[in-house]
Amino acid sequence: MKRRPGAITAAAGTTLVLTLALAACGGGDDETSTGGGGSVAEYNAGVGKIFNPSDVKGGTLRMANAGDWDSLDPADNYYGYEWTFNRFYTRQLVTWAAAPGADSLKLVPDLAESLGQASADAKTWTYKLRKGIKFEDGTPVTSKDVKYGVERSLDKDVFVNGPTYFNDFLDLQGYKSPYKDPSPDKLGLKAIETPDDQTIIFHLIKPFGGFDYFAQLAATTPVPRAKDTGIKYKEHVVATGPYMFESNQLGKRFVLVRNPNWDQSTDPIRKPMLDRIEVALNVNAEDIDNRLLSGDLDMDVVGTGLQPATQGRVLGNPDLKKNADSASQLRLWYTSVNPDVAPLDNIHCRKAILYATDHTGYQNAWGGPAGGDIATNMLPPQIPGAQKFDLYNFESKPAGDLDSAKKELADCGQPNGFATNMSYRAERPKEKATAESLQQALAKAGIKLTLKPYPQGDYFSLYAGKPDYAKKNGLGLMTNGWGADWPDGFGFISQITDSRTIRASGGNYNLSVKLPEVDKLLDDAQQQTDNAAREKIWPQVDRKVMENALVLPGVWAKTLLYRPPNLTNVYVHDGLGGYYDYVSIGVKK
Amino acid sequence: MVAFIIRRLIAAVLLLLIVTFVTFSIFFLVPRLAGASAEDLASRYVGRTAGEEQIHEVAEKLGFSDPFPVQYGRFVKGLVAGADYSTGPTTEYCPAPCFGYSFVTYNPVFPELLDRLPVTLSLALGAAVLWLLAGVGTGVISAVRKGSFFDRAAMTIALAGVSLPVFFTGLLSLSIFSYKLGWTAPGGSYTPLQENPAAWAYDLLLPWITLAFLYAALYARLTRAGMLETMHEDYIRSARAKGLRERTVVLKHGLRSTLTPILTIFGLDLGLLLGEAVLTESTFSLPGIGKYAVDAILTNDLPKVLGVTLVAAFFIIIANLVVDVLYAVVDPRVRLA
Amino acid sequence: MSTHREGQPRLAGPAVDAATVVGPPPSTFLEVRDLRVHFPTADGMVKAVDGLSFRLERGRTLGIVGESGSGKSVTSLSIMGLHDSANVRLAGEIWLDGEDLLGLTPERVRALRGKKMAMIFQDPLSAMHPLYTVGQQVIEAYRIHNDVSRSVARKHAIEMLSRVGIPQPASRVDDYPHQFSGGMRQRAMIAMALSCDPDLLIADEPTTALDVTVQAQILDLIRDLQSEFNSAVIIITHDLGVVAELAEDILVMYAGRGAEYAAAENIFRRPEHPYTWGLLGSMPRLDRAGGQRLIPIPGTPPSLIHVPPGCAFHPRCPYEELTEGAARTDVPQMLESMPGHRVACHLPTSTRRRIWQDEVAPRIAGEGQEVS
Repeated sequence: MKRRPGAITAAAGTTLVLTLALAACGGGDDETSTGGGGSVAEYNAGVGKIFNPSDVKGGTLRMANAGDWDSLDPADNYYGYEWTFNRFYTRQLVTWAAAPGADSLKLVPDLAESLGQASADAKTWTYKLRKGIKFEDGTPVTSKDVKYGVERSLDKDVFVNGPTYFNDFLDLQGYKSPYKDPSPDKLGLKAIETPDDQTIIFHLIKPFGGFDYFAQLAATTPVPRAKDTGIKYKEHVVATGPYMFESNQLGKRFVLVRNPNWDQSTDPIRKPMLDRIEVALNVNAEDIDNRLLSGDLDMDVVGTGLQPATQGRVLGNPDLKKNADSASQLRLWYTSVNPDVAPLDNIHCRKAILYATDHTGYQNAWGGPAGGDIATNMLPPQIPGAQKFDLYNFESKPAGDLDSAKKELADCGQPNGFATNMSYRAERPKEKATAESLQQALAKAGIKLTLKPYPQGDYFSLYAGKPDYAKKNGLGLMTNGWGADWPDGFGFISQITDSRTIRASGGNYNLSVKLPEVDKLLDDAQQQTDNAAREKIWPQVDRKVMENALVLPGVWAKTLLYRPPNLTNVYVHDGLGGYYDYVSIGVKK
Repeated sequence: MVAFIIRRLIAAVLLLLIVTFVTFSIFFLVPRLAGASAEDLASRYVGRTAGEEQIHEVAEKLGFSDPFPVQYGRFVKGLVAGADYSTGPTTEYCPAPCFGYSFVTYNPVFPELLDRLPVTLSLALGAAVLWLLAGVGTGVISAVRKGSFFDRAAMTIALAGVSLPVFFTGLLSLSIFSYKLGWTAPGGSYTPLQENPAAWAYDLLLPWITLAFLYAALYARLTRAGMLETMHEDYIRSARAKGLRERTVVLKHGLRSTLTPILTIFGLDLGLLLGEAVLTESTFSLPGIGKYAVDAILTNDLPKVLGVTLVAAFFIIIANLVVDVLYAVVDPRVRLA
Repeated sequence: MSTHREGQPRLAGPAVDAATVVGPPPSTFLEVRDLRVHFPTADGMVKAVDGLSFRLERGRTLGIVGESGSGKSVTSLSIMGLHDSANVRLAGEIWLDGEDLLGLTPERVRALRGKKMAMIFQDPLSAMHPLYTVGQQVIEAYRIHNDVSRSVARKHAIEMLSRVGIPQPASRVDDYPHQFSGGMRQRAMIAMALSCDPDLLIADEPTTALDVTVQAQILDLIRDLQSEFNSAVIIITHDLGVVAELAEDILVMYAGRGAEYAAAENIFRRPEHPYTWGLLGSMPRLDRAGGQRLIPIPGTPPSLIHVPPGCAFHPRCPYEELTEGAARTDVPQMLESMPGHRVACHLPTSTRRRIWQDEVAPRIAGEGQEVS
């Protein structure tokens, strides 16, 4: 799962910013000049369309991060905002189109000339690189540089943060890392072939029809071996994108400037407007919001949206609301229903819970409609092929269907209800609110919940995510959340429904789904190279899980992004996960 | 006196070792007492989809699999003699004192600490000057004009200063003075002193005032109480009997005695502050040690936490030492032969 | 900028018959006329001094004697102008060398302090600033009233220390008060007080905090310095032995008023006030017959808020009936019974003398005591 930074700072800041909001002067910059660009600032002007389209080049974008990057090294980052930011200074084999709305869900070739060519068994994938692509120092990019980039990303000793798709799917034959590679050119991984400087061939250990999704991963960023300093490479990543690093003070700030060796004729995707990007790290989160509203900052790079109190202020003030976008995040907040804990081993007891839930309450726990839409099933609607269905009257009875719940309770032999425990992450007030809402709603059906908070740092590794612990401590319900690494059924649904990913040692995200039929469907999908056919399989998985009431969906998450009116070419990118597509942004002079 | 200082310095070194030992133990023992294994510990520092093998490797790399004495010994050796670290393709030497590498970012801790120290020092020392002047000054005037409007107003404001949390006053001040009025620098601004002294002072102005406000309040109350007591001493009456101007009596005779305990408290406060001006740094996004500490703790990053603990302990110990020595200088009755 | 407001406001209000008209300046060096010092407190008005008058010439020593609470220290503080004007009500006149101190501006009184009149206090350890050297404090005292350089003042300070009998003054000038023994410390304080050659020196219990052996030295010192500088000296004490040593005249105070005033000799040989008799009787004497008990004064000192009407001493006076009730209603005035000898008592002089000769003296006197 792509990570999103949690709500720690939000929790800490809520009360005081509330006071601030009351005490401090309201209103931010009121410049609604509509000259020279076209678009008028209005609520959701960047959703599904481009706000303020413009060809004017130049200017500096000032960004801030309330924390710090995992790493600027593409082999070592995993947050959605980091992948979005990567587009400034790196290129991958394929990438997302730079367009809003449904167009953003399309993969287009970047370093490669076209999308991947698959073998019949979907285990071999071939790409041909464009000619004329160079690193920032002018040396040409070859397929070997791409191979090296993937090789080093395999070393989870040195680069612990990145995803492990290549580790899992390449036919490694024991290959560990280029740093332990005996061959002189350090390209000893046989699973990737580079017959010439423009061609690269991947050999997988099992078939995977959606390999293009792997090809867009940051790991396929080319890295010049001569400049690879391992863990220190992040101090100066060699750029292939339109911008390169001018300076990098770790933990403090860094600055990107135009890369003279990036050639627009080799890159049909990006249209870089800016001259300069300045990013400050470890900036106080409330301060970021204040600065955005006052015009002293252009963008909160983390992209999880305004702090809760600022959200309220912005939504309540029409002058501010017109600069806001409600972005869907490709994420589901839900609750796992654990069949290991009696009486939830009985499907009817599980269904009773789904019927009795107060869905509006669940939504309110996440901030009401601004926080997301009530989810009736698992797959967020943006995922290609997703189908919406409602098996338990979520929409017709949003406050809960007590009658059906009671009927299900009778069917599972607990007519007066039962008791079980519910876990949530202690530092997340929204999860606490979810647990409390469920506690209240289920009590009406006689289902008594005892709430158990756990520290979020160990939630999956030691508590809810450890099957023995969950079973021993009677954790029948466990708050959970999942965001797809990319908008595709595999990225979204496989990690949380595949029973074979469940490890006894802990660290699981699939806390409840062990259905052989689902596993088979997932295998089928992986082998399927036909996109349309594959897309039909995901909703079947979704339906099977929902029929078995192993997951209680909560909301499809949304967040409120702030779009200062002096920016141009701003739009929400669904493919990247509901972030603004930073590489397209410009500033009005 | 010299022997005294030497003895205290030796004790200081021992104390620092003990502090690191205790910190280390907490990191090492507490999770294990809760039943966590080396792999459980390592799982905090890996990516979300890490496999068992990866977790195991990280546990090895970070040394969690080794017994406690080995881990601690490695740390002390690094402090004293430096250590070697693998960057992937090469090995790097981390010279003594080596505080290790962050578990999360793999950046070396000691250079980061050194880099952030001037920020905290600038913040603390600048605020200290302000709060001494403002606090002691207000306290003296309040004491001398006890019961007057100034006294009551000052003590009320002081109460507010002591009660309002720094992140509240800080964010509010930023909001008003930096963004609305544009008089002071926005959050996150810091220019090193050697680069541009004027910009350095301008950037720190609001943080200084915010931090000093809290302490000035404390010192105003302290000074006032101290002065009220001192001014009833017999030697004050003697000073007046000599025909001294009242102003001289108050400042040269009265304040001089009151300052003695206040200066010692000041030394201790400053020592503590140097270790962790956490809230102010977080509020104003200043890249100092306090903020560094918070990040370290939130991410369970042991090398960083050890580094910050050592630095903070060092300052507190030095502050105590200076205060003890200073006390002997400042109060001749306490002098050691 | 001071809570201690300089200058002392005159009494107002009908509660005290204050003289609102100031009389003519006297010819004596120091004259206190009908001094009243009242402190308003939450419990009531404390009448610390309530109608006190006396005189003192240059070169002479006056001893003021009385119990705690008799008003002796308050009197001296009034002369020096050291009361906190916020809390005190003053009336009367204090004439020093032709100026009425109570009528002067605070600035003027301050100029006189240390220069024309100086005071030394009971406990030299607490009365000197612990954090400055003795030298610094003596120098400070000197430089307030003399515009000289630091080195000149330092020389002067060393001289003063030497004059008061401190050995090795050149090195001791840099020592702190706590580094001196009790007696040396008191000498240092005397040096500080005398550094500007004041014409009036007030010594408030100068030897009370000292050992007996040291007491004598200090008293000798004061006498020597007095004759050298020709200063007027007021010695305040509760110890009759001390005044016997030093004072030419003695004023006995009780409950804020004068009880008896006479030459020292006469106070001891021909005391005329029952309170004085009591003081003498309760004083241990070497020449008393062994085994004879001390004669304490019955009763306790009066409250200064509720001073007994009439003669303040009357509740404790064994001869009160002999006044036929006058003592209970009328405040006795200080009247001359002999030239230079004034007594505030309703008993007729002849009665007093008789009682002294026949009853009191024999009890008090030991062998060899001359009774005339």
